[in-house]
Amino acid sequence: MQDLSLHILDIAENSTAARATRIEITIEENIRKNRLLVRIRDNGRGMTKHAQIRALDPFYTTKKVRRVGLGLPMLAQAVKEADGNLTIRSRSGSGTTITARFVYDHIDRKPIGNMAETIMNLVAGHGRDIDLVYKHRKNGRKYIFDTRIIKYQLRGVSITNPEVLNFLKKEIIKGLKALEKRRKK
Amino acid sequence: MKKLKIGDLDKLRDKVKRTAEVREGKYKAKITVHMGTCGIAAGARDIMTALMDDIERKKIKDVIVTTSGCAGLCSREPMVTVEIVGKPPVKYIDLTAEKIKKILNSHIEKGVIVKECALAIGSERTH
Repeated sequence: MQDLSLHILDIAENSTAARATRIEITIEENIRKNRLLVRIRDNGRGMTKHAQIRALDPFYTTKKVRRVGLGLPMLAQAVKEADGNLTIRSRSGSGTTITARFVYDHIDRKPIGNMAETIMNLVAGHGRDIDLVYKHRKNGRKYIFDTRIIKYQLRGVSITNPEVLNFLKKEIIKGLKALEKRRKK
Repeated sequence: MKKLKIGDLDKLRDKVKRTAEVREGKYKAKITVHMGTCGIAAGARDIMTALMDDIERKKIKDVIVTTSGCAGLCSREPMVTVEIVGKPPVKYIDLTAEKIKKILNSHIEKGVIVKECALAIGSERTH
């Protein structure tokens, strides 16, 4: 995985496999404190104690089609390379929260990458069944993308319509660009 | 969600609704991009981007695009499954942005399977 947005897409796909109906993705870029936080929270079926202990083992998986599970182990590696830490909080039956913390300016910290594409992919694949909330903070500014609001405004037109998806992607790009402006003191 | 102007979305909604109403559930093709860890690492998201860009550029209205998990053939990712209504699904492997554009052009639009990228005709379980 070249960047964090690909990891996020991958981990959020886990949430969909866990039958989540709501996924919340949070990115907090705190440049002043030199910290980057990435959090994926879902209300899926959660992980058993056993699964949590073994989740970072590449040879553990709940899938039937193959015998390896590399999503979380690869995120753990990305975190480790940037002197960060990864926490998995989960309770069987009530969802999972994955939090990755990085040293912001660490030379081996992967770039955030293209979040607009990650969100568009998630909406394309699961937008009908899952509510997706994406929050991004930077420079004291905040961007929020919430499919519940969008679905309400679309009133009956499917959120997975290709034209809608392309529109949403452009909106996210615009929204994230606005975060780059420094706040006036 | 302050940045999103309701007016913009309303306009888009009305536009899409006109075309969507006619074909509600009546699309001609479904394209599934395999988005497991293996697919993502091999570039499945770029395939999706290329696909969405081309669908917009060519103003294709009767195709739906979705994602699925790992199909168990990780070494041949990125993969997509193309289903034309009434025909058996076709699985394409080792894709690039160029190849997916060719598939859209040939298989989706003209109904001609791109044999050099195809793995098999048929289906598998994705979960």
